[in-house]
Formats: sequence, structure tokens, C-alpha cells
Amino acid sequence: MTTSPMIEIRNVDKNFGTFRALDTLNATIGEGEFFSLLGPSGCGKTTLLRMIGGFDDPSSGEILIGGRSMAGIPPNLRPTNMVFQSYAIFPHLNVAENIAYGLKRLRLGRAEEEKRVKEALDQVELSELGPRMGNQLSGGQRQRVALARALVMRPKVLLLDEPLSALDKNLREQMQVELRHLQRQIGITFVLVTHDQYEALSMSDRIAVMFGGQIAQIAEPKEIYQNPATRQVADFLGGMNFLTSSHLSVNGKNFAATLPGIGDITGHLAGKTISDPAKAIIGIRPERLRIVWEGETADPIVTGKVADRNYFGEVTSLAVNIEGQNQHLSIVETNDFGADDIPVGSDIRITYDRDAFIVMQG
Amino acid sequence: MRSFRSQQDPECGIVTTGIPGQIEELNLDPSAPILPVQRTGRESISRFLRSETGKGWLTISPPLLYAMLLLIGPIIVIVANSFWSQDYLTIDRTFTLENYRAALTEPIYRDLLMRSLFISVTVAFVTVVLAYPIAWFVSFYGGRYKGLWLFIITVPFWSGYLLRILSWKVILGYKGVLNTGLMHLGVITEPLSSLIYNVNAVIITLAHSWAAFAILPLFVSLEKLDRSLLEAAADLGDGPVRRFLRITLPLTIPGIIAALMIVMIPTVGDYVTPKLVGGKDGVMIANAIQVQFGRASNWPLGAALAVSTMIIVSLVAGTIVLALAGLKRLLK
Repeated sequence: MTTSPMIEIRNVDKNFGTFRALDTLNATIGEGEFFSLLGPSGCGKTTLLRMIGGFDDPSSGEILIGGRSMAGIPPNLRPTNMVFQSYAIFPHLNVAENIAYGLKRLRLGRAEEEKRVKEALDQVELSELGPRMGNQLSGGQRQRVALARALVMRPKVLLLDEPLSALDKNLREQMQVELRHLQRQIGITFVLVTHDQYEALSMSDRIAVMFGGQIAQIAEPKEIYQNPATRQVADFLGGMNFLTSSHLSVNGKNFAATLPGIGDITGHLAGKTISDPAKAIIGIRPERLRIVWEGETADPIVTGKVADRNYFGEVTSLAVNIEGQNQHLSIVETNDFGADDIPVGSDIRITYDRDAFIVMQG
Repeated sequence: MRSFRSQQDPECGIVTTGIPGQIEELNLDPSAPILPVQRTGRESISRFLRSETGKGWLTISPPLLYAMLLLIGPIIVIVANSFWSQDYLTIDRTFTLENYRAALTEPIYRDLLMRSLFISVTVAFVTVVLAYPIAWFVSFYGGRYKGLWLFIITVPFWSGYLLRILSWKVILGYKGVLNTGLMHLGVITEPLSSLIYNVNAVIITLAHSWAAFAILPLFVSLEKLDRSLLEAAADLGDGPVRRFLRITLPLTIPGIIAALMIVMIPTVGDYVTPKLVGGKDGVMIANAIQVQFGRASNWPLGAALAVSTMIIVSLVAGTIVLALAGLKRLLK
């Protein structure tokens, strides 16, 4: 993202009593960017979002929106609108009145107001539901009304606090596509809070992964997945085989290591600096390992025994004990060639892409 | 779909075992009558008793029964009395509307009734207006001391009803706390006689007596208010005043109605407060009713006054409820 910055987060701390909820956060979110805050519950992502919206104040540091400091500015005067996790649909108003809620104050005149409400209803495909009362809606409908109610205000920034977590899986996936589509169409900045790594990966332009009140990594989804900065990030986004090596050496932009039972490997540092090679850890994604079937040849080859097998429909996950080592490797293989029929306890041969190893600071 | 249904539903007149060739009873005549399931009366009663509704009725019936007896019984006695007449100590049980004519047309009763309604409605609104901020404070800012706050609010109720009224006599009296205090401060040179023995004194005393009864329903409805709705309203551009008028107030209307009714309805019938602090200008309809049942020994007239008051209070209460429900629709 090379657009001008919309939100700047500068050295933001937040203390609740003696508990440090956010610790010196720095981030810049671009105009028109779909930015996600991803992390486990309690990592401070919602607190940060609420600070951008003005519902919490930083203990120190500042937040700028559109170049203006937001210190002391209440939510009603900020150029942001929020989709709340609970949706916060006004139960005493109908859908159209809910959406028109914020417009009333703008005194647009009845015709303009009705036009905007109708546009918003069309945008979220709820045109028929205008007269329905706020407390008579399904989860998906509530989510759409909350979205329309925020978008109708034409904010510079839309804040979304786990907007899809209350929906069932199919509806959630459908809404992910729709939200992404909507964001591209209207072109405003979206800041999404989520604990669902697939949601973050599929929707975002960039992701900030947070742990314990700190940002562990900010990068594009592909970078986050392929080149996680720390062991925690790698662990949180998908599966990862973590391997330790006593002989790790860094050489310019590359590293080399000897892995017991696997052999000598090399890889790119990919922009990382490994300050303490003794504490560094090497990783490989389970899907970068492949089974070498009988009759096939491959180089390199690792041999082992199948210790466990888990069936997931389109793929099967195997845990493999490397021969002569106390080391498990997890493999994910599509079921096209019968990975789901490999018996537990059988011998297995594995190969890997030579460039698939990454190194992380532990 | 049709054939699927008919195999599924034995009441359609087709019964199959599901195995071809072993159809035991096949009725393909579409005009064949569908036999209704015959149920005996006893069966349907036991079915009802086993249903959720039945169990509910069963559970509440003992208290419901005595509540009805204790509630309906006296009302029947009163209503019956109101259509009779009394000559010194003997009750004449011939039907008459004379009591109602007296109750509704005699200027003295009309004035007393109007004054009672005025006092009770005023007391109800004053109490709710004063109680709302307290309930609001406890609910929004009580934090972990909410329980303590509610406890403190109920402390005055540990003393008796009479004691609370008499303490207002001490405050408002001619040589009371307020008068001597104001004189001491030099605001007034001689005691005000307008503080006690009038309608205002009745309103002040009743508003204080009933405060806790108004605070509790208001507190409950404020507690039920989802705080994220207020955040959403702030997010959509509303400042604190608009948030209160557009979200808090309409969503706590049920609590306001409950508080108004809890205060208004019993105060109409109060006769102790007017007697002690009301003077001759503060006399209320209940005092007149009490006199009819007591010294005047005219139960039928007292009963007619009571029934008329009951009906008129219900009408006034209904009107207030409807008006507030309308107000809720207006606050958007």
C-alpha cells in the first residue's frame, strides 16, 4: 500500500490499572486500505479498534485520522463509524429508522434522507426489510443493518469489531466475499478486528498480528503466511513444523542449518535479521512436505513412520515420526492419491521443496 | 412430494411396511374418510396437565386461588355494598344507584376526588423525575457498589411509615428544621406558615415516601439497557443529550410506566399522610371514604366512593400508559 496515510498510530499505550493492555503500538493504515487486526482473544485488538473509534483513550501516545490528532475528540465527532460485535441494532426502531438514525442529525431534508436510506438498504440487499422492527431480525440481517447504518454516514474509516463471528460458517464465508467486494466498490478504509486467521488472510490488504498487547508483525497476507516474523505468528496462522538445529549459520541473505534426520538445508532470510542464531527456529509448512509414493523417486528423501492420521475431507493430515529421531513432522496431503488410506504405523517416505524452509526468531 | 408424504404419514390412510410385496393394508381410494383420533375427556385433561402450559397452571394454582379469594372477595363485598343503602346500623339490600349519584355529583366528593387525582399524578411525576437521576447514577456509575447503593436507598424504609411522615412534620413545621434554619441564615424574619398543612406538604411527603418504589423499577430498566446501543448512538453522531432522548428514554419507558403506576395508584388511596401533614386543604378522597366507613357509618356511600375512585384511577392510569407509549414512538 503506497497511498497516503489515513490512520496513524503513534506509540500508543493503554493501561487498565496495573495491566498493560497495549504496549507501544505503531502502525500506519493507508487510505482505502482493508486492514485487519488479528490475534487471540485478550491480545488488545478490540481495545485498539475502540481507541480509533473514540470509545477508549490511549494512556499515552496518539492516534491521527486524516492527519488530525484525535486526542480528546469523542466518537460522535470522529470521521469513523463502527460495526459493533453485538451489532447494537436499536430495538425500538425499524430497519429504515435504524439506518436513518445518524442522518437525522445532518438535517439533509426528507427526500435526500430517504434516498440515502434506500441506497444503503439496496447496498446490503435488504430492500424489503425497511419496515421490520430492529428486534425481529436474524443474525445475518442484523449484521447487514449494522453495516448499512454505518456506511450510510459515508465515513472515512469503517471499523468492524468481529462482525462475522456470530454468523454460521456458510453465511460467514458469503459475507466475507461481500464485505471485500463492498470495500473495493466504495474505496474507504476498513479496519477489521478478527481472531479468525482465514478471514484475515482472505479479506485484508494488510494484517497486523497482535499478541499480548504488542504488534508482532504487519504485512500483506501472503507475506504473513509464508514468512512469519516470529514463532507465535507462524503458530497462529495455520500449521507449522518447528525444527531446532544446533548448527544454524547466517550468511548474507541466506541461512544454512543441519536438521537431525532431515539433513543439511538452506533458505533465504527474507529480510529478517537473526540476532541470536542459537535461539532461532526453523519452520516448514505441512503442505510444503509431500509423500513420495511407492515407485517414485525424489531427492531429498526423509523416511519415517506414520504416527497419527486425521481426515479432513479434501485433505488428510499425517503425523510422521522421523526415523531414528524424536521429532514429529506434520504433513497435509490432498486425498487424490490415497493419503487417507495410509495405515497408522506404516513406513513412509517424504520429500520437501528446498526453498520451503524459513527461519524465525523464537 | 405427495407420494413421499403418504408413506410417511399413517393418517393419510396408507399404511405400508416399507417392504414391497408385504403391504398389509392399502387404501388407495382418495375419497376415503380420514378417521379422526378419538380422545376421551379424561385423556385430554391428563394431556393438558402434562403440557408445559398445564404444568404452569398447576404450579401457580394454590397461590392463584388464595390471591383471587383475598383480592376478589373484598372487591365483591365493596361493589355489593355500593348498590345498597344503610339506615343507622341496618343495611337495606335493595338495589339503588343513590350512592353513586351522591359520590359523583356532590361537589365535596368531586372536589376531593379531583384533588386526590391531582396530588397522586403530581406525586407520581415528581417522584419519577427525582428518582430517575438516582437510578441512572446507580446503574451507570454504581460500578461494584451498586448493591451498596441500593441498600442505602432502602435504609429509610427501615423506619415506619408514620415515622417518615412525622419526620417531615419536624422538617416542615412552624418551628421546624427548615423554618428555624432559614431564620438563622437571615433569609426570612418569621417562620413561614405555608410549608405545612397544605397540598404541597402532602406532595413532598408522599414523593419522599415512595421514592424507593420508583427507583427500583427505573434501576431495573436502566440495567437492562444494552450499553452498546449508547455507543452506537455516539458513533452515529449523537452527543450525551441526544443519546438520552433517543435511546435511554424510549428504552426505559416500561420502567417509567411501572414507577409511575407503583407510586400513583397507592397514593390516591392514602389517608394517613393528608391527615398528618395536609391540614384542611390537603384532605383527600380516602379521608372521606374512611369517614364513611368509620364515624359516619355509611358503608354503602363509602363503597360507592371507593368503586368510583377505583374506576377513575384505572382510567387515568390507562391514559398515562397510552400517552407514554405514544411518546416512545415519537422519540426517534
